[in-house]
Amino acid sequence: MELYQLGIKAAREGLAKGDFSSVELMQSVIDRYHAENPRIGAYLTFDEEGALAEAKANPRGVPLAIKDLINVRGQPCTCGSKILQGYVSPYDATVITNIRKGGFIPAGRVNMDEFAMGSSTETSALGRTVNPYDVTRVPGGSSGGSAAAVGSDLCIAALGTDTGGSIRQPASFCNCVGLKPSYGRVSRFGVTAFASSLDQVGPMTKSVDDAALLLQALAGHDEMDGTTPNEPVPDYVRAMEGASLKGVKLGLPKEYFIDGLDPEVKRLTDEAIKRCADAGAEIVEVSLPHTDYAMAVYYIVAPAEASANLARFDGVRYGHRSAQSDTVFNLYARSRAEGFGPEVKRRIIMGTYVLSSGYYDAYYGRASKVRTLIRRDFEQVFRHVDALLTPVAPTPAFKIGAVQDPLTMYLNDLFTIPGSLAGNCSISVPSGFTQPTADVPALPVGVQFVCDAYREDKLLRVAKAYEALRT
Amino acid sequence: MNKPTIDVAYVAELARLDLTDEEKAVFQPQLENIVKYVEKISSVDVDGVPPMMHGHEIVNAFREDVVRPSMDREDALKNAPARTGDEFMLPKIVEGAES
Repeated sequence: MELYQLGIKAAREGLAKGDFSSVELMQSVIDRYHAENPRIGAYLTFDEEGALAEAKANPRGVPLAIKDLINVRGQPCTCGSKILQGYVSPYDATVITNIRKGGFIPAGRVNMDEFAMGSSTETSALGRTVNPYDVTRVPGGSSGGSAAAVGSDLCIAALGTDTGGSIRQPASFCNCVGLKPSYGRVSRFGVTAFASSLDQVGPMTKSVDDAALLLQALAGHDEMDGTTPNEPVPDYVRAMEGASLKGVKLGLPKEYFIDGLDPEVKRLTDEAIKRCADAGAEIVEVSLPHTDYAMAVYYIVAPAEASANLARFDGVRYGHRSAQSDTVFNLYARSRAEGFGPEVKRRIIMGTYVLSSGYYDAYYGRASKVRTLIRRDFEQVFRHVDALLTPVAPTPAFKIGAVQDPLTMYLNDLFTIPGSLAGNCSISVPSGFTQPTADVPALPVGVQFVCDAYREDKLLRVAKAYEALRT
Repeated sequence: MNKPTIDVAYVAELARLDLTDEEKAVFQPQLENIVKYVEKISSVDVDGVPPMMHGHEIVNAFREDVVRPSMDREDALKNAPARTGDEFMLPKIVEGAES
């Protein structure tokens, strides 16, 4: 076994026992990067010297691939966009400070959909990332670089971000664990904002244990992010001790088991349900009646917030400035037109439209109220069940270039968006492979568990017990 | 609710995006489709429902108002597309003013 194949837990054990050094571990990841990244395209850049120097200084440090929208001082932070090419971060995000304290080293910047807008990593302006299980397919997105890196052992673990499914859907496509923490559990200071009422940073790992270990380092109050409540962070590893599904009440939201579900995803989800039932879980059907509106609410709220957040890219203080900036209007309009790709432009226009005079009440105002109803749906069911079990995405990884229509692409997040709107926590856990055919190899599919906000302890316990059933 | 029409060229101007004619032609039907899709929320009864503006119910996070070090000036300026001394350089903003 090569060192780069290790997960966080095993890497820590090896470092503690002196089986290898942090420099050897880092070098192994770097060697793997040289050998495999040209094929997969998970990383955009890798500051090898910096990573090795940090490994030398931190004998217990475990390398982590960082999604390219999280600021690490002295490193690029492109957000997958031309508009930030050449930008060098002047400061560290709080999550970077936290992971360093927690025994990790930021090592390499991984690809993503431009400004996290997309479900395939195809909207990145700076590189193509492919699915390690079939290089003609997408890795999912927006954290596709993170997922592909974990899924091809190009890293020990990775940081992703999730606004409407951007950790969970690529985790499902690339056979890794992806945890979206509850809203406010993890600081976003220094993380380029997409939709501020939804964005969260979370772990993408090779096991549930690793997700717990990484979340432990990430979670907690940060006075630089006013949305992080000053609530204690549970001991997640301890929370998983003796994890079992016996007597656990798992809800199946009937609105998630729709006709449009891919037959193989359906089969694997049914198998997951049976596996849980056989392990002693009590399976109950529940209803989240406003599910059908979640996508519509999301595609009002998220672009609205994005249009405001991305106003900061104006060619003034950082990022691309057009050569034709003769007037202030042209400075803004041309710099942005030259710097942003089509999906980002679409969402800025959509967001500007729903916030514009005469439309605010009908769109953003109304969507915010429907969002309350969606949240209430979840509050209601979590009075009766411990967790929900659902598919992660309606399909396995699709072919590169196969989805051209934006609205069709948006439907990838059908099952991940409602929980994001409600602010609760959820996790994608590997759950098997599709039946290979003559044309399509076996593709990984995950299963999603959802728990009430700030119950990552419970979520990890369920996920850990489920993972154990498959090994 | 207003009828679902979106004038992409006009909204792009509001958003300070200088779109090409090709982009406008591509985006117009795509965004009409998306606007039509999100219209489905108009059928939900939201009478008396409070809006949810955030992922949770936290209100006002205060801290002591004390002077603390902030980003170093050189750090703040090092990504500037154009600078003059310790300032960001910009085209003239105020119409008719002496430059």
